[in-house]
Amino acid sequence: MNDNSPNELRRPPVDDPGPETPTPSWVSANPELSKAAQRRVVGAFGLSALSALISVVAYFAIPLHIQVELGSFRAGLHNVVFGTTMGLAILLIGIGSVTWGRNLMNDDEIVQERHPPQSSDEDRTEALAQLSEGVRDSGVARRRFIMGSLGGALGLFALPLVVTLAGLGPWPVPSRRRATIERTLFAEATPQAPIRLVNDVTFRPVKASDIEIGQLVNAQPENVQHLEGVELQQAKAKSSIILVRMDPETIQVPESRRDWQVSGILCYSKICTHVGCPITLWEQQTHHLLCPCHQSTFDLGNSGVVVFGPAARSLPQLKIGVDDEGYLIATEDFRVPVGPSYFERDSRNDFQEGDA
Amino acid sequence: MKYLSIRRRHPVAKPLILVLALFLVGAVYALVVPTTQSTAAPGLSQQEADGQALFQVSCSSCHGLNGEGTSQGPSLVGVGAAAVDFQVGTGRMPMAKPGAQAPRKKSEFSAEETAALAAYVATLGPGPAVPDASVVDPSNLTEEEIARGGDLFRTNCSACHNISGQGGALPDGKYAPPLTGVEPTHVYEAMRTGPQQMPVFSKNVITDEDAQQIIGYLQTVSKENQGGGLSLGNLGPVTEGLWAWVVGIGGLAILAVWVTSKGARSK
Amino acid sequence: MATPARMAEPTDPSSAATSTRTALRSDQVDLPPALTNRAKEAKWLDERLGIGGVGKAFLRYAFPNHWSFLIGEIALWSFVVLLITGVFLTLWFKPSMAEVEYNGSYQLMKGMMMSQAFASTVDISMDVRGGLLLRQMHHWAALLFVSAAFVHAARVFFTGAFRKPREVQWLLGVGLLFLATMGGFSGYSLPDDLLSGTGLRFADGLMRSIPLVGTWVEFFVFNGEFPGDLIISRLYMVHILLIPALILALVAAHVGLVAYYHHTQYPGPGRTEHNVVGEPAFPVYIAKAGGLFFLTWGVLALFGALVTINPVWTYGPYNPAQVTAGSQPDWYMGWVEGAVRIMPGWESHWGPTTWSWNIFIPGVILLGGFFTVMALWPWIEQWFTGDTRSHHLLEFPWQNATRTGIGVAIITFMLLLQFGGANDLIATHFALSLNAITWFLRFAVFLGPIIAFWVTKRICLGIQRRREERLVHGSPSGHMHRNADGAYHEDDVPIGRDEAFTLTSTPGPDPLEAGPGTDARGVHRNEPVSTRRARASRWWLGDNIAAPTREELEAGHSGDGHELEPSKK
Repeated sequence: MNDNSPNELRRPPVDDPGPETPTPSWVSANPELSKAAQRRVVGAFGLSALSALISVVAYFAIPLHIQVELGSFRAGLHNVVFGTTMGLAILLIGIGSVTWGRNLMNDDEIVQERHPPQSSDEDRTEALAQLSEGVRDSGVARRRFIMGSLGGALGLFALPLVVTLAGLGPWPVPSRRRATIERTLFAEATPQAPIRLVNDVTFRPVKASDIEIGQLVNAQPENVQHLEGVELQQAKAKSSIILVRMDPETIQVPESRRDWQVSGILCYSKICTHVGCPITLWEQQTHHLLCPCHQSTFDLGNSGVVVFGPAARSLPQLKIGVDDEGYLIATEDFRVPVGPSYFERDSRNDFQEGDA
Repeated sequence: MKYLSIRRRHPVAKPLILVLALFLVGAVYALVVPTTQSTAAPGLSQQEADGQALFQVSCSSCHGLNGEGTSQGPSLVGVGAAAVDFQVGTGRMPMAKPGAQAPRKKSEFSAEETAALAAYVATLGPGPAVPDASVVDPSNLTEEEIARGGDLFRTNCSACHNISGQGGALPDGKYAPPLTGVEPTHVYEAMRTGPQQMPVFSKNVITDEDAQQIIGYLQTVSKENQGGGLSLGNLGPVTEGLWAWVVGIGGLAILAVWVTSKGARSK
Repeated sequence: MATPARMAEPTDPSSAATSTRTALRSDQVDLPPALTNRAKEAKWLDERLGIGGVGKAFLRYAFPNHWSFLIGEIALWSFVVLLITGVFLTLWFKPSMAEVEYNGSYQLMKGMMMSQAFASTVDISMDVRGGLLLRQMHHWAALLFVSAAFVHAARVFFTGAFRKPREVQWLLGVGLLFLATMGGFSGYSLPDDLLSGTGLRFADGLMRSIPLVGTWVEFFVFNGEFPGDLIISRLYMVHILLIPALILALVAAHVGLVAYYHHTQYPGPGRTEHNVVGEPAFPVYIAKAGGLFFLTWGVLALFGALVTINPVWTYGPYNPAQVTAGSQPDWYMGWVEGAVRIMPGWESHWGPTTWSWNIFIPGVILLGGFFTVMALWPWIEQWFTGDTRSHHLLEFPWQNATRTGIGVAIITFMLLLQFGGANDLIATHFALSLNAITWFLRFAVFLGPIIAFWVTKRICLGIQRRREERLVHGSPSGHMHRNADGAYHEDDVPIGRDEAFTLTSTPGPDPLEAGPGTDARGVHRNEPVSTRRARASRWWLGDNIAAPTREELEAGHSGDGHELEPSKK
């Protein structure tokens, strides 16, 4: 059945019967139906015009802050009326136009010849002849270095323009990285001048005794209050923390982190190590912290190791203590960069399951 | 391809496919349905009343005759009257059947019975008390305070309960329930007692004023918030995308069928 | 034998007739006075722009009439709505990240500090008359634009409309699809609300994860560390200038080429590779396609009036310490989101460097790979089939079983990833375990497409078998007929000529044979075909069941006993 030469057009097994004979549509052959269709078309256009006018009146007449509520439908009255009348004005033109085209116009099909997209042989020969004539006129064949040097110049002339893109942003060289993404507001804390931990939004400093077992506090360093605008956003994107209190009997605290906590109160970075969403969904019984963006799950009772999801590194923990009035303080920055990974990040110091 | 094609009309083919399909459905269900989690909750509380009688009948089989806890349910020592008012008042307790989480349902007890149970459990150990109505009433808040309540809500609550309080997923079949239609007292009590997986938000960190503002925000969002029309469940881009596909391009494709249809012919 | 429909003059789009004739007289043409009275204006335009030539080429241009050819138009009209509503929105939107105190009418934001971008968006939604309508229309139009583009791409894919000479069309289309998704992403990030800001944070983490250059990309895009003070303004430029300009240019080329090639058509009576059978542009298709423009716009306006989309006032301004449960991007990024969610946490720490495969693979490689494979598809398929002919007749999807199977497999893959992107919503609404859904999908995204391919290919081959039977034996008539020996036969209703032609006028290519590319007489035919390519070609095409030959059809029609009158169709 298949012959051996590929891509040859076999003679189709059935001859072309030609296009169908056009028959008039039922509506256009019946005068009453045609008139009814015409009335529908005119009616649609007429309603559209009316709706457009009502829309303009509604724009001015309806006060802005009235709400309409019907079950799960809740909207501003202005939006509903203005929008619906505008929408109907537009939609009805479409309905009228399509009804006209379908029912009343002569829509007999026509047959057109296709022309192959390629140009004719004469055109091709003529184009080639013009091309060679032009090349001859340009004299490149005899003058050898012109094309090469032109190529060099063209290849380079845009560079000065392109190179301005190198100023799109500061260059993340190691010193800049250390000053920006590898440093949080806690870097200003020292044992002599510690930074108090405050509740986010209220900025009330938090005492260790304020926190019960099973409690989660969304917190910030106290020096965040002096910032505003872009600086504030950039600081919050790195310095946001959570405080959780767990029963010390139920958690695993490695030897190296014995003094990082205060009676079962541990402090972790709030910024997910996957792509940086803030995490605050904490299960008080399982001690698991679930990020809502991609479901990375960290075990805060085990130094923040990843227990599920696409995150690859444990959640950084911050060493905290208490000052003499009982307020929670930090005396140093995180020991690893917080937030998402990047190529130059030295991730050998992040806590791993089984570390001491 | 050919091996199975040739045998497609074999008498065993249909029953075999049916058995395979049943097996597949059962396997998938078994994989994804969450398993029961046994829970253990912290405790502290105290006081005495005759909720004890109700307690013996309705609660002790899981929580122990003196609320000390069993393998079926945690100890209630120290959970406080607030926890009981919340759990019983929202119908979560008694749990109808074991499962990953106690769902909210119609409460089995009247208000007096709930109060009695709460008072009894309060005697078992000191814990949060049922709040005064004035503490949780948001009607005197200014607009700025309610806006601040929104800021607090977005910092502390929306990560679990969703920005409009529609609820959210927790690991292993648990969930943060929707907050729509929840009494202000119950919101307050949940914050103070931390039911099941919910963390505790104690008075010293989230003060009563803060809690009141959060409640004020929740009430305004659910009752008076502006909308743009049908809410599509307030679930964000997922339901918006479904609408765009089903009603949007689906509906317009149907309109396209109408546009190009030829209509009845006269012969 | 049906007489052909009246033939239109052969049109040649490349020639423009110049006319120096004086104004038309109303007895020369059959026009209403309203038009002949415009003769002076027509002459003015013709003497400067030669509109007569354009008119001759396009007034009675034939449009094949099928609903699936209108999907691309729905995308086009959605884009027009985007342009119009977008221009209006730029009149009120302030693309600045400068911090301001909100002083509009929305009480739940009173006194709050926020960026000007967010504040102006809330003002548009609450305090500008018609502002919310414009915003919602704009966003619904964006969703519809991308979904219509996808459905249109699927139609072109499944019917083989990308084959020669339309490969350039396909490339333009893939470019448009990519630009549309980027336009959408840049657009919904402009209000700087909590949801889209979370998305920008994700984009920041994604950029960072690129090996070797990640921090450089991040710092260059954000002008420093996240979020910086320039990203909204930069996205604004991308969204209102760069992408619309590129889309307009590509759309002009795309639509221009459709006109140049003439639209493809489904096989049918009278339809060949050398003609176009359709309804004339003027007046019918202008009424219908123009009507579709108003229908699309009207539907979008009604959506804008009646269905909430992206209520940014509920999300609040972006704050890097806040997030909502159920954070998803707009649907066209949902499949990438799903891939990122189900990816295991693979990261390599080689010395002091970190290689984040867990983000780079699903975020960059999958996204880039998808569009690259999609762009190269016409050449990929051509490598398998060896089909270098020009095609203007479409294939029915079941005719090319392997391609249809692959297409369904890809759609299955993307659908499963979409489920992954919504896994937390699925968990809460269907009372399932989030972790179990994730684990299930980790395997299902590989097994599902394989199963889908296999099932689809089998269904297509089944349809091909049925077609062969229908062509040879027609359909059962229900009349039983007993011959003298006692044997029973059921009479056939032979297949109608129109239907038979439809089913056989587009034979597919044969599998390639391995060989040096010269035939037995030493004449050079095509490029050499390796055995590997021949084997691949057999895999692609070998299962297809070819249409019966002319002889088989005639043999089938005789010898079965009585035949009834063929059906008219």
